[in-house]
Amino acid sequence: MKSGNLRWRYIKQFLFFGLVKLAVALIALALGGILLYLLMQGYSAISWDFLTKPPTDAMTKGGIMPAIIGTFYLMVGSIAVSLPLGVASAVYLSEYSKKSRTLRIIRIGINCLAGVPSIVFGLFGLGLFVVYLKFGSSILAGSLTLGILILPTIIGASEEALKGVPQTFREASLALGVSKWQTIYHIVLPNALPGILTGSILGIGRAAGETAPIMFTAAAFFTARLPASIFDEVMALPYHIYVLATAGTRIEETRPLQYGTALVLIALVLGINFVAILFRSYTRRRKSW
Amino acid sequence: MTGITRTTKEKIIKAFFFIIAATSVIILGLIILSLFREAWPIFRATSMKDFLFGTEWYPTYDPPSFGIWPLIVGSLIVTVCSTLIAVPIGVLSAIYISELAHPRAKEILKPVIELLAGLPSVVLGFFGMVVLAPWLQDTFDLPTGLNIVNASLMLAIMAIPTISSISEDALYSVPREFKEASYALGATKYETIVRVIVPAALSGVSTAVILGMSRAIGETMVVLMVAGGAAAVPESLFDSVRPMPASIAAEMGETPFRSDHYHALFAIAVVLFFLTLAFNLIADYVSHKFREEGSATL
Repeated sequence: MKSGNLRWRYIKQFLFFGLVKLAVALIALALGGILLYLLMQGYSAISWDFLTKPPTDAMTKGGIMPAIIGTFYLMVGSIAVSLPLGVASAVYLSEYSKKSRTLRIIRIGINCLAGVPSIVFGLFGLGLFVVYLKFGSSILAGSLTLGILILPTIIGASEEALKGVPQTFREASLALGVSKWQTIYHIVLPNALPGILTGSILGIGRAAGETAPIMFTAAAFFTARLPASIFDEVMALPYHIYVLATAGTRIEETRPLQYGTALVLIALVLGINFVAILFRSYTRRRKSW
Repeated sequence: MTGITRTTKEKIIKAFFFIIAATSVIILGLIILSLFREAWPIFRATSMKDFLFGTEWYPTYDPPSFGIWPLIVGSLIVTVCSTLIAVPIGVLSAIYISELAHPRAKEILKPVIELLAGLPSVVLGFFGMVVLAPWLQDTFDLPTGLNIVNASLMLAIMAIPTISSISEDALYSVPREFKEASYALGATKYETIVRVIVPAALSGVSTAVILGMSRAIGETMVVLMVAGGAAAVPESLFDSVRPMPASIAAEMGETPFRSDHYHALFAIAVVLFFLTLAFNLIADYVSHKFREEGSATL
């Protein structure tokens, strides 16, 4: 082989590595650019009043407190729906199931559920919870819809956490004559708890940022009062951004409010994600097995 | 213990967990059922063929016309364009993270990708509307910056994390022996990556691409806010379109309950559901059928 040939091979490698680094730089730039821009535009709108006062003057002034509260309710509601279902599903998949056709169907079902578009979840919630079960547009209907939306995330994270518990733990427990369920409850689940929590936090973050599923199931354009029960409509941060940015009569005038709301939502969602990431690396480092 | 034996109790517990695990499948069934329940009456007003392939979407005219072909084309075109942008960036970044990055760089980059995945879609839509749209409009001297290009760029940002993280998993799980054998034959790192590692991980990478496309086709807020909303078959990349999710989200709030228009929007959701279902089933098939074989089987 000629040495020129070898040089050409290394030139190709050099170019390829450049391309690869460019791709990574573009991703970092996209995330950094978006965050920085919204931060610069939005921070002047943020004040104590903005966070603690309701909107005034037909939503052209004032704060976003009802939307923050509404999003909080929906986060709590959706995790209350999805955590028990998700963890129990994961326990079956990881601890009880044997390779079979039924198992394959359940797995395909979960994968397909994960791929259902958010707007389809919205219409499903509208058709089933709002119309058929007559919950109306409410916290309940929205929480159920969002809970189902994040169910695959919770199942996936919980299953991974359960599978991460060493087989020897189970065997040691079973060898002492402990029943399977007691082993799961007292040995496997406690050891999988950090992983399950991380997954739940990520799920909550996802639920907080979704707009399309709550448009027709929970979110209100504007509410004069705070919700009194789970059958009330709520304002929510993501929907509030959409409404202010597209449906208002004075869209340009309310730009600062829009940037401010977007910044609050980003801080909330990325904050939640960040907490999950930190928590995960903390528990991983502490793990002794 | 009184009454039931320990084995019976264990069996009951197992059955309980099985029923819960089956809820995902049941919910999938309920989704199909409740969508169809609200969608089927539209076919009293129009035929299946006119609905899918009719080129005029005038749901509020008198008489109305329910042809969703322009919406389907709109969805497909933004999905294809965003895939063309997202696949190279997503796969190349996965190669970097899996094969080239220093462990410390990896520890930073993986969370960056996760945070990008965590960005709420409404925020991306908002960004496209207030930043990218005016820029596109001025730079290319267009009547509007809310168009296919804008929507595709924003959708690409949403699809990149999916493609990158699933591809990275696939690349990372290629057995080390493959690389070592390649180096032993005198291949450069580049040649090893392109001719050994990527082909070995191809099924995982393809799954990643399909799931990324599925994500893009079903994404709502971005296309609702930045695609422009024109329900016509586009002639250029700078035309506005009205993808299916955008149409549902924009019109459902204003249409009378159980009108033909309402049923038509549910029928669009059915189309969208089965389109993404198909994508997911293909992804599932590809990842199982062409699962990488471990080094032991060679």
